[in-house]
Amino acid sequence: MSNGNKIVLSHGSGGKRSRDLIRNLFFKYFGNEILSQGSDSAVFETPAANLAFTTDSFVVDPLFFPGGDIGKLAICGTVNDLAVSGAVPKYLSVGFIIEEGLEISVLESVVISMAETAKQTGVEIVTGDTKVVNKGKCDKLFINTTGIGELDPKFKKISSGETIQAGDKILVNGFVADHGIAVMSVRNELKVQADVLSDCAPLNKLIAEVLQVSENVRFMRDATRGGLATVLAEIVQHKSFGIHIDEEKIPVRASVRGMCEFFGFDPLYVANEGKVVLIVPADDAEEVLEIMQKNELGKEAQIIGEVVADHPGKVVMQTQIGGKRIIDMLVGDQLPRIC
Amino acid sequence: MRHIDEYRDKKLVDVLLKQIWEASKKPIRLMEVCGGHTVAIRKFGIPALLPSTIQLLSGPGCPVCVTGKSYIDKAIKLVARTDTIVATYGDLVRVPGSGSTLEKERANGADVRMVYSALDALEIAKQNPAKKVIFPGIGFETTSPASAVTVLRAKKENTENFYFLSAHKIMPPAMEVLIDEEVQIDGYICPGHVSTITGSGIYEGIVDKFGLGCVITGFEPVDLLQGILMLVRQFEMSSPKVEIQYKRAVKPEGNVKALKLLDEVFEQRDDWWRGLGIVPKSGFKLKKEFECFDAEENFDLELPEAEEEKGCICGAILKGLKRPADCKLFGKVCTPENPVGACMVSAEGACQAYFRYE
Repeated sequence: MSNGNKIVLSHGSGGKRSRDLIRNLFFKYFGNEILSQGSDSAVFETPAANLAFTTDSFVVDPLFFPGGDIGKLAICGTVNDLAVSGAVPKYLSVGFIIEEGLEISVLESVVISMAETAKQTGVEIVTGDTKVVNKGKCDKLFINTTGIGELDPKFKKISSGETIQAGDKILVNGFVADHGIAVMSVRNELKVQADVLSDCAPLNKLIAEVLQVSENVRFMRDATRGGLATVLAEIVQHKSFGIHIDEEKIPVRASVRGMCEFFGFDPLYVANEGKVVLIVPADDAEEVLEIMQKNELGKEAQIIGEVVADHPGKVVMQTQIGGKRIIDMLVGDQLPRIC
Repeated sequence: MRHIDEYRDKKLVDVLLKQIWEASKKPIRLMEVCGGHTVAIRKFGIPALLPSTIQLLSGPGCPVCVTGKSYIDKAIKLVARTDTIVATYGDLVRVPGSGSTLEKERANGADVRMVYSALDALEIAKQNPAKKVIFPGIGFETTSPASAVTVLRAKKENTENFYFLSAHKIMPPAMEVLIDEEVQIDGYICPGHVSTITGSGIYEGIVDKFGLGCVITGFEPVDLLQGILMLVRQFEMSSPKVEIQYKRAVKPEGNVKALKLLDEVFEQRDDWWRGLGIVPKSGFKLKKEFECFDAEENFDLELPEAEEEKGCICGAILKGLKRPADCKLFGKVCTPENPVGACMVSAEGACQAYFRYE
């Protein structure tokens, strides 16, 4: 880059420096036909009658963590929100809020990571915005991504979960709590070392494979902040059914379990960035499990429980020693700025 | 995972449960004193596995829960000054004082920082020489040795801007008061981690004076069930004594080095406990020679008397006289997001443990 090595306020002024940044960084790495039109709005055609539309902002600290970075997270987060709604993610917008003084090389690394992840998932970044704020007014870099996906009408009811019924099986695609523990392990204040990588990953291909074998998927959600427990508790809230899960079936890595024990966290409440919870009819469950386990991102998938007519509105877990306890939503603090 | 899996082994759990079901004939009320036990018992779903003869009560073993509002008020008064930083364990930030919390004060611009050890607070003091850094030291014998080490280091390194606000409490006097007040219990599941420091001798008085069994117990399901079994057997045979179930951590003599540290830095004082009132010799205060680090000696902390919440029955719950569900506020007005009483604030508080797991 020719503009020195740090972001200054004029990079966000709309003038020449802004234009250079856009051309030399964003166009260079994100480049596609729609973006390079350089107009105020991205203009494109879509054959779909139904669209899914979502947005998410990313403020993770630190920007780079084992297994990912804020850029990869910003693409995966929005892609996953679209995918779990049954949609095929197509287009993203990206908004950067940058703190004055950020090394341009840092921003470039993030942008490269975003471009690679977008390519991997098959989405295009078609519009964007950059703002620079004074030192201390934000922390290094915040990113917003907004996404549009095309939705096949037969999957329209997945996002609401309105077809969930007693007897349905509940699946998760692998080890829970990796992301939260990976981010925590590199926070300065903790001074602990854990060989855990974030599970940050785009789930759209795994989900597309599942929807190929089961058109009857009742519900999907990615278990991010609040963890697996919070997703399950949300599903049953104000509903006429309950959920029963089996602690022994929930995949948790030994190293993650150890860290959770040490810090007093419950892995069921720790954040994930590449985990989807699926509810499918009992008849489809084994087939869905099989197809998931063939995908790298679903190798450790498990059927962890089922929807039950008993205890409506409640998630009850059989503990590993055979006891029972209620699983409620995350209350109080979890780690701040985890995504 | 080593040191965990073997204590959560389903087969071992089943063997212990069978023995408990066989041994327990008479109704028995056992109090788990420690908040860590309260959480573990709920988290593993143990009550559902026990025979109806056994009732478990949650005792006063959550330091945040038994500490009065006036302590939080003092910390808030300190952090309201422009020249201070309060560096605290995280579980204190949401505890309600009379009108605010440290969390709310932080949102208003006060410098409240979370630390994982007392030594981190000392480090903050060194990095901010222009500020006075206050560490609210809270907890039982499990955390007080770390506070003692920190104060000793502050003295050795001559750190002039580090202050210590003590709410450290001593467990056994409160356990005696509970029985004095005729709380109906038949045995104590004694705290594992406190006893690691203190040893088992501190419970002898409870056996001698009140004829109650005391079993020092660990925190895993196998530990808890074995501890319960030992208490049930003592009770059925009418032979109360002090026993150590948690042998892998607790020695009868305790941690002699840590006890020496406590003795060097602290003196005992009468202290106020929520639900119990003033309990003689149940709190730690810095000794005279460490006065220069004592926040109470170096700042004006005069405050109006704090009033405890109306309708909140934390006191009766901590004594094991009432259960969280008996409280009119429980789960309605008082939730972990908006705690009224301290038992709902702390993850180890009886009300929050019941709210989360039952």
